[in-house]
Amino acid sequence: MNRRKFINGIMGIGGLGTLGAAVYPVLEYLVPPESAEPNVSSLKIGKFSDFEMNSSKIVKFGRIPVIVVKDEKGMMHALAATCTHLDCIVQYRKDAKQIYCACHNGVYDIKGRNLSGPPPKPLEQYAVKIIDDEIIIKSQKS
Amino acid sequence: MNSFLDSKTFNWLDSRYNLDPIKKLILHKKVPVHKHTIWYYMGGVTLFLFMIQVFTGILLLMYYQPGESSAFESVRLIVTKVKFGWLIRNLHSWSANLMIFFAFVHMFSVFFTKAYEKPRELTWVSGFLLLVLGMAFGFSGYLLPWNELAFFATKVGTDIVGAVPFVGEELKLVLRGGQDVTGATLSRFFGIHAAILPAIFTLILIFHLLMVQRQGMSEPEFFKKLPENKKKYISFLPDFALRDFLLWLIVFYFLIFLALFFQWDLGLKADALAPAPQGIKPEWYFMFMFQSLKLLPPHIWFIEGETFGVLFFTFAGLVWMLVPFIKLKSEKFQKRNVIIITGIVVVAFIVGMTIYGYLE
Ligand code: HEM
Ligand code: FES
Repeated sequence: MNRRKFINGIMGIGGLGTLGAAVYPVLEYLVPPESAEPNVSSLKIGKFSDFEMNSSKIVKFGRIPVIVVKDEKGMMHALAATCTHLDCIVQYRKDAKQIYCACHNGVYDIKGRNLSGPPPKPLEQYAVKIIDDEIIIKSQKS
Repeated sequence: MNSFLDSKTFNWLDSRYNLDPIKKLILHKKVPVHKHTIWYYMGGVTLFLFMIQVFTGILLLMYYQPGESSAFESVRLIVTKVKFGWLIRNLHSWSANLMIFFAFVHMFSVFFTKAYEKPRELTWVSGFLLLVLGMAFGFSGYLLPWNELAFFATKVGTDIVGAVPFVGEELKLVLRGGQDVTGATLSRFFGIHAAILPAIFTLILIFHLLMVQRQGMSEPEFFKKLPENKKKYISFLPDFALRDFLLWLIVFYFLIFLALFFQWDLGLKADALAPAPQGIKPEWYFMFMFQSLKLLPPHIWFIEGETFGVLFFTFAGLVWMLVPFIKLKSEKFQKRNVIIITGIVVVAFIVGMTIYGYLE
């Protein structure tokens, strides 16, 4: 190895190292930090008697939107509101009594099972309890 | 033109900086005239529309405020209160669509006249990158008004990125600036749209244009074969440039017509807790990919349909970008047809899928 090759080698390694040292922090910088949203395990969402029959509302459970439905018999259901297809927010269809996603016509039943359209998986279910007329939803994952 | 070359100013500069290349361009650049000459103008139109984008974009920056609680409101201010704000926004939106349309036309005309062949391989590659960046401009700009349609289209679009194998989830996180599409996504898209893309786009554009100037216009096969005295040319300056300019004026009037009579909707403000409205669609230039993804079954062999689709389009895009480097071993005559047929199939696929997407 002559002097020129040696110096080129050193410069090359040094150059690559410098490049890496510059690029690495930039890449890491671009990855957002974990969100500091509180990890909720249960949530009060209002009075049972105020909730209209055959209607729905969407609430925020931590960072997850959850759709809460009171069906025409007065039963409460709570499901993750994020479509399992491509992330749109679903809605309750009063006429069909089904959960519907307008983005690509995905249809789920009231228990969150995917019935038709592109959704590949059911919507996650949440437990609903009514204590002293207060509707409380709970994650079923412990 | 010649009087400019004889002027004192020019001589002053020339004696210091040697302006021979510019002299050569002005005196000798010529453009072949034949039945396909019209396609030589498409790149120029695209360039013109990009200049409109830069100009109107900078004007929008004077009032636009990114942020979950200000973006929608600031665009509403632009279109309702700011004098001619509606015009500037309409121009920016319409010109964006026209720009991408003409970039497509330009690319396919280059393809079918085989102007990408040696020695113009890198011009083709840089042009393809410009189209991809143009689409990225459109995708990132679409979210900026923070309305319902854009919000869900961005959710869907970035969720598809998550289907890329191995790095998809990470990529989605970086694009969104978090798990979900939120104000953080808006900040990122704004930075991408108004700073990163303009910088990269401009650099590649300069490269693209320099190469075109250096090599001159390509001559199609049949033109090259003509005897010298049958080849017709016009000078670039002033003949071609004046025609260019006339076409720019026509496009400009068409653009003004669109901006005056076809209001670009603002719609409702995005709400992360509202169900997706009916009619979520990507912009038209993403429709063919989106529609193809929709038609794929959930699973193909052992991978998810979406992943398959994303890989397919990435691969197809790469092959398309590298077309000038692909050597077919057959006879020249055959090769020509293979290329033309491929081009027709690609155009038919894109047009067909786009129409299908809108009919559904
Ligand atoms: C330096 C160049 C550019 C700047 C500074 C710029 C800036 C902006 C700003 C501030 C907005 C938000 C205001 C609004 O939504 O009305 C916007 C929106 C948008 N931009 Fe650009 N832009 C540039 C180039 C481009 C290009 C080249 C394209 C497309 C090929 C493009 C496509 C769009 C689209 C589709 C929107 C959404 C329009 C809307 O719905 O209001 N922009 N841009
Ligand atoms: S996102 Fe719900 S059906 Fe596609």
